[in-house]
Amino acid sequence: MSEQRKILIAGSGPAGLTAALYSARAQLSPLVVEGEPSSTSDQPGGQLMMTTDVENYPGFPAGVMGPELMIAMRAQASRFGAEMVTDKVTRFDLSASPFGVWLGDPEAAEPTYLAEALIIATGARSLMLGVPGEDRLLGYGVSTCATCDGFFHKDSQIAVVGGGDSALEEALFLTRFADKVTLVHRRDELRASRIMQDRARANPTIEFRWNSQVTAVLGDRKVTGLAAVDTVTGEESEIGVTGLFVAIGHEPNTGVLAGQLTLKDNGYITTFGGTKTSVEGVFACGDVQDDYYRQAVTSAGSGCMAAIDAERWLEKRGS
Amino acid sequence: MSEKIVTLSDATFDEHVKASDVPVLVDFWAEWCGPCKMIAPVLEEIAEEQTGKLQIGKLNIDDNLDVTRRYDVMSIPTLILFKDGEPKARLVGAKAKGQLLQEISEYL
Repeated sequence: MSEQRKILIAGSGPAGLTAALYSARAQLSPLVVEGEPSSTSDQPGGQLMMTTDVENYPGFPAGVMGPELMIAMRAQASRFGAEMVTDKVTRFDLSASPFGVWLGDPEAAEPTYLAEALIIATGARSLMLGVPGEDRLLGYGVSTCATCDGFFHKDSQIAVVGGGDSALEEALFLTRFADKVTLVHRRDELRASRIMQDRARANPTIEFRWNSQVTAVLGDRKVTGLAAVDTVTGEESEIGVTGLFVAIGHEPNTGVLAGQLTLKDNGYITTFGGTKTSVEGVFACGDVQDDYYRQAVTSAGSGCMAAIDAERWLEKRGS
Repeated sequence: MSEKIVTLSDATFDEHVKASDVPVLVDFWAEWCGPCKMIAPVLEEIAEEQTGKLQIGKLNIDDNLDVTRRYDVMSIPTLILFKDGEPKARLVGAKAKGQLLQEISEYL
C-alpha cells in the first residue's frame, strides 16, 4: 500500500527546504525526498553542498559556508515537522492527484507514496565536457568539486574550464592552492558578473586562455595536460596542467518528468502564475525551473512561493 | 561517531589496515568537504550492519598526508577498500549506500 501525503517535496536545496519549512509551518506535514549522496547531481542539500563561502545570502554579513547553510535549513524545516527521506525519486505518475511517487524500483506496481500536491525542486546538475579522458581521470586530477579537491593541487598548475560566475569563483578559490590557474574559455569574453571578472582579472595567479576548447584530458594514471583547439584558428595545442576543474554550466534534473510536464526547449520546467506547472497540483521551484537567476536566495524565495501556492490549491479543492 | 569505526592516522594506518582480518574500507575525508559530510551517516550505518565482516576506517587527509599521498588520493571523499592490506577497490565521490555496497560486494 502506498502511503498518502498531503504534500511531497522532491529535492532538498534552498528551494525544497524552504518549501518544506513553509508547508510544515502550515501544518501540512510535508515529506521531503531529499536525494542521496553523490558528487555530481542528486546530493541532499543540492549544489551548495559543493561550495565553500556563500557571500551573497542575506543575513550573513561575514558569509556562510554552503554546507553549513544547508544543514541549518534542513534543521529548521525538521524543527517544524518536515520529514526527510534520503532517497531519490525514480518515477512520477502525474496523471491525476494524488500523484504517484516511486523510490527504488520504478517498475514496482504500487508507488511508494501518493501525494495530493507535489512540489518539484530537484535542481540542476553540473555539465561535464564529455571529452576523452575526462571520465577515466575523474578523481585523479579531474574534479567536479573545487572546494573538495583544491587542497590536492598545492603549488601546481591547474585549469578551470568555463566563463560564468561559477567558473571564476572556482578559479579564484583555487588560487589559494595552485601556482597558476589557467581559465580556459571557448570565446574571447566572459559572461560572468562584473565583480567576479574584476576580481579574477586582478588576480596575478589567474591566466586567461581565450578561444580555446578542450578536446581531451591527457594522462595515464594522473592528469598530465589538456589537448585544446583554438576556436578561431583551429590550431591545436597542449596545456600542461595536473588538475582540471569543469564549470561550464548546468542542466536541470528533469529526466524522470519527461513527457508528463511541459518543459522548455532546454529542459527546464515551464512555470506560470507563480510556481504552477502544466499539471494542476504540481508546483516547481528553484533551479529546476529557473535558467536565468539561479541563486540560492531566489531558489529559497521560489520555494516559499511553491509552498504557499500548494497550500492554497489544497485549500481550494477542500482537502 | 559509531564506536565501530576506527580513526586512522599516518602512524596507525599500517597496523590497523595491514593486520586486519577483515576488509577495511578507508574513508579519506576532511572537515571542509561537503560531500564527505553527506556520506558520513552512510558509513555509520554500514559499520553497524557489517560488524565482523567489514571494518570502516576514517583518515583525515589534512592531518595525514603521508597515507593520502601514498595512495594518490586527489579527490575527496575517496573510499579505498583494503583486503589483506592491499587496495582492491577505489570509489571516488559521494555515493548512495546501495551503490557503495554493490561496488565493494565482491570483496566482502
